[in-house]
Amino acid sequence: LPVAVLLKDTKLMDVKLGQLGTWLAMRDFTPGGILGAMRRGYMRYYNKYINVRKGGLGGISMVLAGYIVLSYMWSYSHVKHDRRRKYH
Amino acid sequence: MLSRLVLRAAPAALRALPPPVAVGVLHTTRPLHTTQQSLAPVPPLPEKGGEVRHGLIPEEFFQFLYPKTGVTGPYMLGTGLLLYLLSKEIYVINHETAAAACILTVIIYGIKKFGPDVAAFADKLNEEKVASALAMKNEAIQTLQTAIEEEKKEQWRAEGRSYLFDAKRNNIAMLLETNYRERLLMVYNEVKKRLDYQVAMQNLKRQKEQDHMIQWVEKNVVQSITPQQQKESIAKCILDLKALSKSAHAAV
Repeated sequence: LPVAVLLKDTKLMDVKLGQLGTWLAMRDFTPGGILGAMRRGYMRYYNKYINVRKGGLGGISMVLAGYIVLSYMWSYSHVKHDRRRKYH
Repeated sequence: MLSRLVLRAAPAALRALPPPVAVGVLHTTRPLHTTQQSLAPVPPLPEKGGEVRHGLIPEEFFQFLYPKTGVTGPYMLGTGLLLYLLSKEIYVINHETAAAACILTVIIYGIKKFGPDVAAFADKLNEEKVASALAMKNEAIQTLQTAIEEEKKEQWRAEGRSYLFDAKRNNIAMLLETNYRERLLMVYNEVKKRLDYQVAMQNLKRQKEQDHMIQWVEKNVVQSITPQQQKESIAKCILDLKALSKSAHAAV
């Protein structure tokens, strides 16, 4: 019977809500670790949506939509002045 | 690449197991990413990518909300979210909204109209790439096969080396024999020459002795004929001749 896995190695979806704080503290925050996490995320996305035989529109359109949302968030302080009402 | 399979297989396998065991099994599947042997038989590419609805939202989101809210749940969430953003003016409607609306209309129209053609074209390009790679692989396999057959043929040829050596041995024996006989002939010729020389020497010597002796005898004989004997012999010859002439006259 396999040994119970450490909290450090569980995936995010399997972590219980109470353990979330400890789990987050255990993650690897060194530059190498962050780079590894970004690479893993990129490879996950890439292998799921782009590195296939018949890739669809969703692969790039999700990236573009994310970029649109991010740029809107960055320019919100500038867009705020175009609001029609002052109080909501 | 194997990570994709593992990522897809592991959750499915884990959901099948009871929860306490799932946590332990996960630990053993992790090292599969990092060993070198995982690259060797490359798994083929999946046919289609992850499902995306309306081109923007992955299908997993809808499946995630389905047990609790049914089919319309995510759409209600989307509508509520949109109304909230608009009413609180977190999303501000200004000139950019109009521009975005026009652009999006054109884009969506273009995609709907030309999407399948572009997809077919891209598929054709991909097919060509895959076909050329496959052709290269097959060609490499073919060349290796022919190389293997050639090698086997060479091995078969190498088995005949005993015949080759026999022929060479025969050649060498013949050469030796020829050489031996040549030398034999040479020895015979040389010996014969020497013997002939000796024989010729003896003959010459005897002949010279003979000649010399004859000459010496003649010389001595001629010397011994003194002048008186010569006169007497000449007179006798004349008498004889006269007698002969007389007999000859008488005969006539």
